[in-house]
Amino acid sequence: MDLKDEMQRVRLWVNQIGNFWLRLVWHFVHLLVRSWYLGVGVANVIESYLISSGLLRRYRFIDVGKLRYLAIVVESDDACQISKVIQLLQWLQAFGVKHLCLYDTEGVLKKSKESILAKLKNATLFEEADERDPLLDQKHMTLEFASITDGKEAVAKGGNLLFMKYLKLANSGAEQKEQIFTEANLTEALRAVGYGGPEPDLLLVYGPARCHLGFPAWRIRYTEIIHMGPLKSMRYGSLVKAIYKFTMVRQNYGT
Amino acid sequence: MKNAGIDKAIEILGKLVRFVRKSMIHVISVGPMPDHVAFIMDGNRRFARKHNLSEAAGYRIGLLALISCVKYCSELGVRYATFYAFSIDNFKRRSDEIQPLMDLFLEYIEGLMKEGSIVSRYGIRVYFKGNLKLFSEPVRLAAENAMLATAHNSKLFLIVCLAYTSTDEIVHAVQESCEEKWGGAILLNENEKNEGESFVKVTDIDKNMYMAIAPEPDILIRTSGDTRLSNFLLWQTTCTYLYFPSAFWPEIGFRHLLWAILNFQRHHQYLTKRKKQV
Repeated sequence: MDLKDEMQRVRLWVNQIGNFWLRLVWHFVHLLVRSWYLGVGVANVIESYLISSGLLRRYRFIDVGKLRYLAIVVESDDACQISKVIQLLQWLQAFGVKHLCLYDTEGVLKKSKESILAKLKNATLFEEADERDPLLDQKHMTLEFASITDGKEAVAKGGNLLFMKYLKLANSGAEQKEQIFTEANLTEALRAVGYGGPEPDLLLVYGPARCHLGFPAWRIRYTEIIHMGPLKSMRYGSLVKAIYKFTMVRQNYGT
Repeated sequence: MKNAGIDKAIEILGKLVRFVRKSMIHVISVGPMPDHVAFIMDGNRRFARKHNLSEAAGYRIGLLALISCVKYCSELGVRYATFYAFSIDNFKRRSDEIQPLMDLFLEYIEGLMKEGSIVSRYGIRVYFKGNLKLFSEPVRLAAENAMLATAHNSKLFLIVCLAYTSTDEIVHAVQESCEEKWGGAILLNENEKNEGESFVKVTDIDKNMYMAIAPEPDILIRTSGDTRLSNFLLWQTTCTYLYFPSAFWPEIGFRHLLWAILNFQRHHQYLTKRKKQV
């Protein structure tokens, strides 16, 4: 019996030592990963500096016309840094971006809408803008503000509108009912309930991880997603590089 | 004699590679591991062009890569593995491009049900999710038979998205939710119906999604370097870590999964916090 207990104790002890070494190796692996990203970060800073100073030729002339609608996802904890957000918008405005959607999960940017618009020259809300207005000059920008409620909850509201149509056809055949539930009708229903924003061509994520954080699903079918890192370390050169990369993309759309 | 020597060397190398892989899995399993990994299998045709192969050959090698990924997921303890095999948009391709794919699906699905196949060895339950009505009857029947035949397995859930797009999935889920609510709604009078009552809620849509059988993906991997979701799991990827390696799908290896998981572990705390808030 004593021998058995002894053997069990030794086994447990060996297990604990093994687990300790395993944890140590795991931390070491993550240290290597962190060092790798540190190196990549330094390389990005240097590249960004070279792009901003115009030393890299291919980034000097970018056709921003291909970018019809840009979306920016900001981590909500960083979205409180309004001055950073305004600087980013000023860079984009100077670059020639005309239509932009600002998104954060908790709606911090929505709440700061007025102060952002006040600090930007030549910017109006997307809902209030009229493309045909001759007073809108080249550098004019329209801004849309979105949050998590513009995603799944908006689809539920659109779904309710379709449901009302479905109820009215209570006595009709199955085929007529099927015709209500189409992607075109849901898009129309979303527009009718106030969630009809366009699909962005490009989505830039300013946050710790590459993740769209709930940007309205209906609108990002073929949207290019680029992770820019935290908002506090945003750089003009990285922004230029991201837009340049977008202009070089060619999509098949499944064909 | 020489061949036997080479075979022995290959066997030993294979065992060594498996040992190294299992050791790496042991190490990374110290940290949080993903429960659900999704894959967009992009780049089969470009891989074929790069190596002067036919498109059909590219897809066959891509299928081998899928089988390897399923094995790795099983070894890593991943419970749900979802693969974007065929989009509704892919029906726009020429019929001489689509037919070899359909033949490959049939061959693969029939292979799954054989004795000793990967599903029986690894205890895999197979699901085919999407608008399967868009497929011909042989493919549809084969898919339904495979789902029935593997229904008793539960170690890993292999979800193959066929004739799938997220927007089609959402519309389908809205339709199912409306049909569920119809019975209750006709009992209400006109005023009650018009009072802005929300019959259809997000929870109704959630439970009627094709992908309701699995939790939201922890990691989504799209090969070939393209950085978009192409109408895949848009509803389910709110807090999913996105990884876009530049390798083509047939070139995907364990190292890509390993790198994705290491990055998932780096951001796990943040993504978990965001998931709870959403």
